Amino acid sequence: MIKIENLTKKYGNLTAVDNLSLQIEEGEVFGLLGPNGAGKTTTIRVLCCLISKTSGNAMLNNLSIDDKKNRIEIRKIIGLLPENVGLYESLSAYKNLDFYAKLYQCTESQRKERIEYYLKMFDLWDKKYVATGTFSKGMKQKLALARVLVHDPKILFLDEPTANLDPEATKMVRDYILELKKEKRTIFLNTHMLDEAERICDRVGILKTQLLDIGSPEELRESLLGKKSVVEVDAITDNILKSIKSLGFEQISIDNNKMTINVNDPRKDNPSIIQAIQDAGGLVQSISELLPSLEDIYLKKVRRNE
Amino acid sequence: MSKVNRKNVWTITAKDFGLFRKKKAILYTAFILPLILSIGLPTILWYVINYTGAPAQRMFALFDAFSFFFVILAAIIPTFIGSYSFVGEKTEKTLEPLLATPTTDDEILLGKSLAAFLPVIIMIFISAVIFMVLMDIFTTAQVGYPYFPNWFFATMILLDSPLVCIMSIELSVIISSRVNDVRSAQQLAVLVIIPFFALYLLTEISVITLDTNTLLIIAGILAIVDIGLFFASRATFQREEILTKWK
Repeated sequence: MIKIENLTKKYGNLTAVDNLSLQIEEGEVFGLLGPNGAGKTTTIRVLCCLISKTSGNAMLNNLSIDDKKNRIEIRKIIGLLPENVGLYESLSAYKNLDFYAKLYQCTESQRKERIEYYLKMFDLWDKKYVATGTFSKGMKQKLALARVLVHDPKILFLDEPTANLDPEATKMVRDYILELKKEKRTIFLNTHMLDEAERICDRVGILKTQLLDIGSPEELRESLLGKKSVVEVDAITDNILKSIKSLGFEQISIDNNKMTINVNDPRKDNPSIIQAIQDAGGLVQSISELLPSLEDIYLKKVRRNE
Repeated sequence: MSKVNRKNVWTITAKDFGLFRKKKAILYTAFILPLILSIGLPTILWYVINYTGAPAQRMFALFDAFSFFFVILAAIIPTFIGSYSFVGEKTEKTLEPLLATPTTDDEILLGKSLAAFLPVIIMIFISAVIFMVLMDIFTTAQVGYPYFPNWFFATMILLDSPLVCIMSIELSVIISSRVNDVRSAQQLAVLVIIPFFALYLLTEISVITLDTNTLLIIAGILAIVDIGLFFASRATFQREEILTKWK
């Protein structure tokens, strides 16, 4: 659905996005993670044909952004939620949506049907004739999401959709994005909120001008840290360490009575580790798989690149 | 110029009309000011004729000078509406979602320019009619014939005023790209009236004679300026420029 090849965007001497290549499949939710100034918004703007690229190319639904003739066609199949929702605050919720639906050439019946559908979906139907300036931040964000959807786009670009929202509104917006995921829409999500990416995205890319890594959250964990089991025993003895190493697990780090062991597959390896400890006279108090957060991965990748 | 979808243009214009309706400052400027002038100026003249004894025949110069206020109106009112239309979108952060729609830069520019042009020019036409009618009511008895309409006034209202209005809007677009708030844009854009005030003063002190021929020459100059400003405003109103270079 989206294919980006060696995309570079420079502003004068400043390189905002450097040689970005990635592919996003239809129905996939892709998260682009990165600190402020990493080039996330620039990437979305280039893909939405709002600004030109310096080099490289991108295809959206087989339409190249390189071809000027495609730009209107590309904008027809995408929906962009920018970081600032940008609603007309003196217009009502209904008029805001109707204005955008008209620009996407929706017929009158389509407009009526879709506006009602999305305003009801986002619990805003009762407020349809209320000026959006009176809305809370969460309500505005929901209306902006409705605006993005009103022309039934194939691809959604969501730029920091939960930035500046309180926790309740953040959860609400995330839940709606998960609903959209069920509708099999292709979603390109810019965020610096790692738990958001972890919860919503099928794959994530870590961007800091260049793409530092890409994969599912699980793949990124494995690629960076490998798989590890944490075993807590009553006391760590030489016998216990020898017994575990005899199973082929050579990399063991110790912290008080906790051992962190590099394993191949925790589910398969943990029972034999427990057995080895017991055979060496130890008592296993707990054993678990070490799951580094996406935050750990992100920080490692970004700091490594600094 | 890329192909313009008139439906998109009108959708943008209609949306801006909807926004203007909610802004009292714009309503007062666009509708009340022309009405005040169209009623106020003939009333002043009526007072002068009836209470100072000045013969109406000697006041033709004043008739024409009063008429010139409509050109000044055509310069000043679009600066308020145009500045709000362009800078307002910028300050309220509504430009990016609008730019992401399948509309061309020209359609957005044209739609927003029409939204600033139409109410002004319609109000100027309405006010001009009211002005003419009142002036004729108040002066026909003294002058001996209805002074309005005449070629001078027709040239001013139908030719010079629209051209001045277009110039004012185009300047608003250019200024909007350089400032961050509506008031600054309005303050800068209102400078557009300086040449017209200067023209008015030069007429009053008899340095130049403002007649139909002069108005036609002014219209010619304005048309050239408008064409130049059209290209300048179009170059300013480009998606990439707006998102990366507009302040």
